[in-house]
Amino acid sequence: MGKFSFDNVNSMYIDVLRELGNIGAGNATTAIASMLNLTIDMKVPNVELKAVEDLGSAICPEEEIIVGIFLEVQNDISGSMMFLMRLKSAHYLVDRLMGGMGGDKGEGEFSEMELSAMKEIGNIIAGSYLSALSTMTNLVITPSVPYIAVDMAASILSVPAIQFGQFGDNALLIETEFGDEVMMEGYFILLPDEDSYDKLLSSLGITF
Amino acid sequence: MGVVIKVGMADLKTAKAPDSLTTLGLGSCIGIALWDSTTKIGGLAHIMLPDSTRIRNNSNIAKFADTGIVELVRQMEALGVPRRRLVAKIAGGAKMFEVSGTTSVGNIGEKNAIASKKVLQELGIPILAEDTGLNYGRTVELNCSNGDYIIKAVGKSVKTI
Repeated sequence: MGKFSFDNVNSMYIDVLRELGNIGAGNATTAIASMLNLTIDMKVPNVELKAVEDLGSAICPEEEIIVGIFLEVQNDISGSMMFLMRLKSAHYLVDRLMGGMGGDKGEGEFSEMELSAMKEIGNIIAGSYLSALSTMTNLVITPSVPYIAVDMAASILSVPAIQFGQFGDNALLIETEFGDEVMMEGYFILLPDEDSYDKLLSSLGITF
Repeated sequence: MGVVIKVGMADLKTAKAPDSLTTLGLGSCIGIALWDSTTKIGGLAHIMLPDSTRIRNNSNIAKFADTGIVELVRQMEALGVPRRRLVAKIAGGAKMFEVSGTTSVGNIGEKNAIASKKVLQELGIPILAEDTGLNYGRTVELNCSNGDYIIKAVGKSVKTI
């Protein structure tokens, strides 16, 4: 069995990863819906392979401010994952969570309270994503506490770019769109360590 | 007024006054600016990782501090700038997430900064100024007319080093 790299994946692996992304994102969206007591629609996630160098502008222009939630995962697989939102979507979601008490509904800075709400949202989204992954693969996957950053897109995305860049030239980005009357975009990036990709895929019966 | 030339991630470019070089939203990566006051030629490298020899897939030399800086110096020498006249300023290497402990994600920015300084030192290029570390992203611009390295960050005033 060879070492996994996004540089030599064929369409079957992409399909599997897309399906993982799909189920995980679906689970996460359901979690948000029940947390906010909303009926939420979601589109089929879009899974894209991006050149590492282009990751900084994959979501929006490089200098646009986004919210990034970062968690480390350990146990049967190790690595990390990220959930990213553009500022407008993040503000909307936080405001919904806080029952309209979110204050600033625009593009401005987050208060301490909003940041903490955003962290909790990230925690729930990432947690439900990982539990879907765990159920499908029969692997034990434990997330760390969430870390948050609100900064320029390219700066935040340099973190996964560097992680992917250590073992290839491509990165996998999962885009999901969900919402009630307002659609929000969220992005998942899974960053298993090199050995964990093999584990993840082989636990689904795929060898290469 | 010259044009502002954009340098991408894992990319490097040179320019001559009145033009400037910029790279947007440096996070844990490092922007290494080299400049010669005589010819007013500048160079900017946006490196992602400290050491190409530790990575199996290292075909893009602009991705690494060791190979990227050496290549930038080579390109500037090819433009007629002697190495002894080059000076450097560096920025970036932030820790974007306050991850505890010493995981690779936690300290890659710091490693990038250390590696960049080491490579510059080995090449005998003096580092005039640096703005590295901390926990925020930086957009940088090298003005080839005067060697100013302008650093912008979200919610902070513009800094010139």
